[in-house]
Amino acid sequence: MGGHPQTRVPWDSTLKSWISGANVTWINDTRNLRREKGTTLIVGHKMDDVPENANEHCPGTRSEQAGKSSSCQGCPNQKLCASGATKAPDPAIKEIGEKLSTVKHKILVLSGKGGVGKSTFSAHLAHALASDITNEVALLDIDICGPSIPRMMGLEGEQVHQSNSGWSPVYVDDNLAVMSIGFLLGSPDDAVIWRGPKKNGMIKQFLRDVDWGDLDYLIVDTPPGTSDEHLSIVQYLSSTHVDGAVIITTPQEVSLQDVRKEIRFCQKVKLPIIGVVENMSGFVCPKCKNTSQIFPPTSGGAEKMCSDLNLPLLGKVPLDPRIARSCDEGRSFLNQIPDSPAAEVYQRIVQGVKDYCSKHTTDEENTG
Amino acid sequence: MEQNHDGSLAHVRHIVLVLSGKGGVGKSTITSELALALRHAGKKVGILDVDLCGPSIPRMLSVGRPDVHQCDSGWVPVYADAEKSLALMSIGFLLEDPDEAVVWRGPKKTAMIGQFVSDVAWGELDVLLVDTPPGTSDEHLAILENFKKHKQVDGAVLVTTPQAISTGDVRREVTFCKKTGVRILGIIENMSGFVCPHCSECSNIFSKGGGEELAKLTGSVFLGSVPLDPKLSNCIEGGEDFLKSFPNSATFTAISRITHTLLSSLQAA
Repeated sequence: MGGHPQTRVPWDSTLKSWISGANVTWINDTRNLRREKGTTLIVGHKMDDVPENANEHCPGTRSEQAGKSSSCQGCPNQKLCASGATKAPDPAIKEIGEKLSTVKHKILVLSGKGGVGKSTFSAHLAHALASDITNEVALLDIDICGPSIPRMMGLEGEQVHQSNSGWSPVYVDDNLAVMSIGFLLGSPDDAVIWRGPKKNGMIKQFLRDVDWGDLDYLIVDTPPGTSDEHLSIVQYLSSTHVDGAVIITTPQEVSLQDVRKEIRFCQKVKLPIIGVVENMSGFVCPKCKNTSQIFPPTSGGAEKMCSDLNLPLLGKVPLDPRIARSCDEGRSFLNQIPDSPAAEVYQRIVQGVKDYCSKHTTDEENTG
Repeated sequence: MEQNHDGSLAHVRHIVLVLSGKGGVGKSTITSELALALRHAGKKVGILDVDLCGPSIPRMLSVGRPDVHQCDSGWVPVYADAEKSLALMSIGFLLEDPDEAVVWRGPKKTAMIGQFVSDVAWGELDVLLVDTPPGTSDEHLAILENFKKHKQVDGAVLVTTPQAISTGDVRREVTFCKKTGVRILGIIENMSGFVCPHCSECSNIFSKGGGEELAKLTGSVFLGSVPLDPKLSNCIEGGEDFLKSFPNSATFTAISRITHTLLSSLQAA
């Protein structure tokens, strides 16, 4: 190897079996294997499925190797996979499509980054849309590990009931319904320690088994990241029309670097982006009225990112201690402090979202 | 080149997880600051960043995106300093395009973390800090399962902000620790009040007192509070060592105190 130190190729047997499977795709199309430098190979399948009871090196039920690879020997699903049945789309997708055909608009609230205000935005978007009593609005919380929506909507301790038509969501008002795993937990200390497949199953149930009724808007609040929950929600909604995603960020590069990944995810799964909201955008001291950039936009904030990526910036919401307080108390700060700068920006953002949704309905009606 | 015949963790004295049920409370920031503080105290520190979807550590410690190399004992960590007293490993180093999303389901994340735990040649470390994503899912289970094969984790510090929305999730993380037998070394309250640099008025932007209440409620040690400090945010953004630049700040005092308590706790056990 000339002057290079000896390098050991980092073939872990798990990765090796994936690579030998036919359905391997690179995460990054331009990635090369640089064996001389010993960089590790990263591979990924597009939306693969590895059942919980699968063998250790399962190639994925949708892989061409499904049921046929050497690692499938002895797996309880081997026969099923080899028959090709697992490559058929999940029947739940069609069921969900039918179930949600009475939902006019679906909006996902996403962010690569945690703690930027997704749930706060989702909750207040729901409140704002439902303030028009002719709108039927629902808020679905698919953050399985950290369900914040029940508390934010003042619904802590509420339970979900089952009827012939499915699970009943919990109603905040006559025209505002909420569903979250938070309602299925016995105590505020209960932890949901679930791996991906179980979380996916819960999300499927939320979409298929909840009796949403006829809705004007279904808002879906998500956890941070680009993983099971995000793939599942997109997958299960794939036979319905999703208006798009609102992306939430805060001004710092530490947030934006994760948010750009989320935007890439949206582009990959062809999810339209309604726009970006920059939260925690400056703080005005209540005493001296000077502004401090607590989360500094060192790389230009959401404004620059939107300009670079040609995305609409829906608004910049300032930090306001009263927002945290309202959320903790389960109240809408749009009602509590309607004249605050934050509330005013929020209302403008909500209008932007409404306009986008109704424009799309008009487009559909014109082309349909 | 590090020689490590007994496994990559054989010469790591203490392993501390940095957890939170809640996202955006400052896990990565606190991990970075604890690491820097420990290093200033003369310790050899490592950070394992297992947030595969949102790896923040490389930027916070200003190491850019160097290649990851191999040696006989495994993957060589990236060093944040010439003295090799701060070693890092993150998926951030393994991605060519920093904007590319790691869109993996659980099993793949689990396998990657398995590799991170067993294949990094950490060499001799006083403390290995493990920065985690929010939640109680695949990554967290993978971390525990894989460390169990090599070396017992000393425990976890849990980070929260003062508000109920945050402590509400962190309570669940406490349950996770109790269920999985992870010792809770203590709770840190971050973003604990903002002192206006112009008039010194303190504003409780993310409410007040939740961290201490949570510690009391769950019978855990309260390690301390770190205030909201734009100087810290700026340093984190630029990958600058805050503790070196602002040793006279209240934030410095808070972080140092927390680090000292943590270190005593690790050494006593």
